Amino acid sequence: MIVVQNLKKKFGSLEVLKDISTTIQEKEVVCVIGPSGSGKSTFLRCLNLLEEVTSGRVVIGDVEVTSPKTNIDKLRENVGMVFQNFNLFPHLTVLKNIMLAPKHLKKMEKQFNEKQAMSLLDKVGLAGKRDEFPERLSGGQKQRIAIARALAMSPRVMLFDEPTSALDPEMVGEVLLVMKELARDGITMIVVTHEMGFAREVADRVIFMDGGYIVEEGTPSEIFESPRHERTKAFLGKLS
Amino acid sequence: MTSTVQVILDALPMLLQGVLITLKIVIISLSFAFVIGLITGLMNTSHSKFLRIISTVYVDLIRGTPLLVQVFFIYFGLPVFLDIRVPAEIAGIVALSLNAGAYISEVFRAGIISIDKGQVEAARSLGFNRFLTMRLVILPQAVRRMLPAFVNQFIISIKDTSLLSVIGIQELTQRGEIIISTNFRSFEIWGIVGIFYFIIIYALTRLSHLLERRFDIK
Repeated sequence: MIVVQNLKKKFGSLEVLKDISTTIQEKEVVCVIGPSGSGKSTFLRCLNLLEEVTSGRVVIGDVEVTSPKTNIDKLRENVGMVFQNFNLFPHLTVLKNIMLAPKHLKKMEKQFNEKQAMSLLDKVGLAGKRDEFPERLSGGQKQRIAIARALAMSPRVMLFDEPTSALDPEMVGEVLLVMKELARDGITMIVVTHEMGFAREVADRVIFMDGGYIVEEGTPSEIFESPRHERTKAFLGKLS
Repeated sequence: MTSTVQVILDALPMLLQGVLITLKIVIISLSFAFVIGLITGLMNTSHSKFLRIISTVYVDLIRGTPLLVQVFFIYFGLPVFLDIRVPAEIAGIVALSLNAGAYISEVFRAGIISIDKGQVEAARSLGFNRFLTMRLVILPQAVRRMLPAFVNQFIISIKDTSLLSVIGIQELTQRGEIIISTNFRSFEIWGIVGIFYFIIIYALTRLSHLLERRFDIK
């Protein structure tokens, strides 16, 4: 489903991604962990070209993401993204936040669009907030709306960039719960996270990144119970 | 000697016509200025260096020269050079539009760059192209923030119309001068002319407060 080959990314002279190659299967849930500055967010942002790739290939489905001929806007319609800082549109109500992209990009009929938005709101447990503006919501609620907004385009892949890092501790659970349900629904997910409990429980595969490389990848039990690399051990050791 | 009240009453019809012309020039000029400002403001935030240079040169030239010189240049200078005749009112509107446009351009630019980068990323990640991102996400938020700066520029431009009296446009100030040249009652006439400007601008200020309150929902 997603193929990454020899991906490199430089910011000026700073090489953030040194040589990343991996393959992600359809319906797979992959958690990317690692210390800050390891390049995991940059890796995620390269997948939908929010960061320009310095060299290497990214292929999603049958679309060559890194080819200059690719219509990147079209690709992004199929790749949802959830950000650390939510980035809801503050000038629109919750419902309109969710309906905006289907309305303008899919020309979805209003009635159908609204019905879809309501069922997504139901799914994230916030149907009662349909007419609120984002500033009236808690962090956890904002993030659940952001997930619903991304889902409204029926993406084939969902990218999560530290979705719970900006949340108060008591709100982390509600967001992770929604993400767990998505994983159960069988959507392909790549999650950059510091929530080891979530990675252990939900991920099909865990990728450990450090210093711009994928140091180690494997099932949660392989990574968490018997890490092979010293750096993985050191990182996980610091957490416990 | 005619009483103050009588002087004012006599001048009123003519001055009110001046008010209408002032309003007409302001409304037309600011409409053009708004469009010019939007386009050049967007050009200034674009990725194309060429577009950025054009709009920067425009803004710098206008802001670097007095409005009065711009008015003279457009009314007297250009027609000689191009060998055409331009009616005073058209020249005045062109000058005022270009002048206010440059300031409004900067208002747009500042408003646009004040919006968090995350908003652009969220919109682009949903699949919106640059144009739709600007139209649906950035501008609606930016314009709210720009409202006070717009009003400020509108007020300045309203007052700037009085400069157009120098090329003979029969706006409020010019009419005041004409009346005074016949009755020599500067105190009453300049007083009432000032009051008219004040009323126009005060009404605009109240209106903008109303708008600000209405748009307060983020």
